[in-house]
Amino acid sequence: MSAPAISVVNAKAAYDARWKRIMDCVALRQPDRMPVTLFGTFWLAKYAGISHRRLMYDLDGAAAVAERAVLDLDPDTVSPLVLQTAMGPTLEALDYKQVQWPGHGVGDNQPYQYLDREYMPPEEYDDFLFDPTGYYLRVYLPRIMGAFEGFSEFPSIAGGFYFRLFGNVRGFASPALQDAWARVQQAAKVSQQLADANTRFIARMADLGYPMGNIATTGAPFDVLGDYFRGARGILTDMRRRGDKLLEACDKMRVLLVRQVVPAARASGNPIVFIPLHWAPDAFMSEQQFRTFWWPSFRQLMLDLIAEDLIPMPMWESDCTKRLEIIKDIPAGKAIYWFERADIVKAREVLGDVVALRGNVSPSILTTGAPEDVDAAVKFIVDNVHDKGGRIILDAAFGLPDETPVENVRAMFRAARKYSG
Amino acid sequence: MTATNEQEAQLVHHLAEMEEDEGLELAKKMLLEEGADPLRVLELCRKAMDIVGKKFEDGEYFLPELVLAGEMLDTIGAIAKPLIKSSPGEEPRKLGRILIGTVHGDLHDIGKNIVTFMLDINGFDVKDIGIDVPATTFVSEIESYKPDVVGLSGFLTLAFDSMKDTIASIDQAGLREKVKIMIGGGQIDETVRAYTGADAFGVNAVEAVSLCKGWMGVNA
Repeated sequence: MSAPAISVVNAKAAYDARWKRIMDCVALRQPDRMPVTLFGTFWLAKYAGISHRRLMYDLDGAAAVAERAVLDLDPDTVSPLVLQTAMGPTLEALDYKQVQWPGHGVGDNQPYQYLDREYMPPEEYDDFLFDPTGYYLRVYLPRIMGAFEGFSEFPSIAGGFYFRLFGNVRGFASPALQDAWARVQQAAKVSQQLADANTRFIARMADLGYPMGNIATTGAPFDVLGDYFRGARGILTDMRRRGDKLLEACDKMRVLLVRQVVPAARASGNPIVFIPLHWAPDAFMSEQQFRTFWWPSFRQLMLDLIAEDLIPMPMWESDCTKRLEIIKDIPAGKAIYWFERADIVKAREVLGDVVALRGNVSPSILTTGAPEDVDAAVKFIVDNVHDKGGRIILDAAFGLPDETPVENVRAMFRAARKYSG
Repeated sequence: MTATNEQEAQLVHHLAEMEEDEGLELAKKMLLEEGADPLRVLELCRKAMDIVGKKFEDGEYFLPELVLAGEMLDTIGAIAKPLIKSSPGEEPRKLGRILIGTVHGDLHDIGKNIVTFMLDINGFDVKDIGIDVPATTFVSEIESYKPDVVGLSGFLTLAFDSMKDTIASIDQAGLREKVKIMIGGGQIDETVRAYTGADAFGVNAVEAVSLCKGWMGVNA
């Protein structure tokens, strides 16, 4: 499909109308209709009939495919589609070890997948807590990215003073460290190319009248520690074996996450911060454990973002229906809660006067159903959430499943307008 | 000297209540200092795991407790098993054989591991064949292991087609009527069950256990 002729004035008006629709939802005002958003990763490969691998490595190609999909579906907001897929060259330059991706551990037509491992053994909690930057430089980065291996010889700086600092400087002559510098500099250039492609895509979308649904992202402190440091087995047993240490680390991680994401969100010009969540579901821990270990640092992180005029958009993975009463405890009209498998009708009942909702057309219907099944699923959400006063941004449960037939996606967008307009 | 009944009850209590340090210390003392029968100690562990499983089913325990219980069991097992001198005799009869694995293309295993653990402590023989398992491997494992139930696990939506393909391969190999097939994972629901041709799906480990017990004619 060729791009329709869109005048600058019309595009600006369309952009403003779409953005207002989202902001009305956030502020718990009635939007002119239910917004519907495009969030996808490897569904774009399905859409374009290209391999996952190509989508990960061809920056311009990924942007072109994403633009075609946007113009085809005409969403109210768009996710950073290029940034979410075309990271192959960056991962390769860094020799990144926490995921496997097409050509690196999984097949050419499979999505990248995170590897659950213990990346920080329990005895290193104290090192992380005492000096997180030193821990990252000398221990964590060399462990998770081959390009940083030589950083294990990064000289100890803190505690040096006056002439003694001269001695420390010699450490920078380490051949391993110098080799790592070269690799990291090269990787930085590749990473900058990805960032530039992302920036161009966002600008192009704005020119066409489409705001981004988010640009900046962060994580919940517990989840970041669980997924990327301790691993599932580690974080789960830490709750029993070293709860105090875990809580201390969650608090520290929260501060670090906020310091990272606030400037990033400000620089992006988009206030919505996407926060995919992992360890919150009903089935993973008891209510007491959730209230003790998971929720306090995450709630505070959301409050920290809200205090900076940012809009947290947590995506509550899996079924979090039993958590609704607990997670209600944030200021009204300041956040978007995106639910994957939680009961969205119940979510409207419990949270309708607190947050905007997002979601959650079933992945199984999208991937295995017919367009009329998708239509019915959207109608159900309109009837039971939007028409009952819930401020909902329609999306699939976690963005479009990679395998969704294109006709089903078109049916989802068509139904969103048909029933809520 | 052999372990006293009070001591035995204490060991079960420590393990079931997640008192890891006390439980491991007592187990070591019984095994290494007091010459307790290692088979008896393992039986006590099994009793404790029964309680853990019940508490999980009742919604008192969650993943942290299941994982910790598994680690305590592994630690005690590693000490006890080398101490077993005589042949253990006939293994207690198990409720049935379960073959489980994450389907091709999917590398996730947290849910599968929890289901494996729960089936094991509920008296099933479980063979876990890992992640990213091709359909042909499931077929050959069914032929050699002869399970009563096959569990297909998958977290990603790509697992829908992998599960469907795996079940089709089992069918083509003439094995479909010989096994019950259950599926589970983050996105699985009745729509996916119908799509794949599985006999049943479960949304958690408790449902997996009750499905298997139902198929084996055991009261859940």
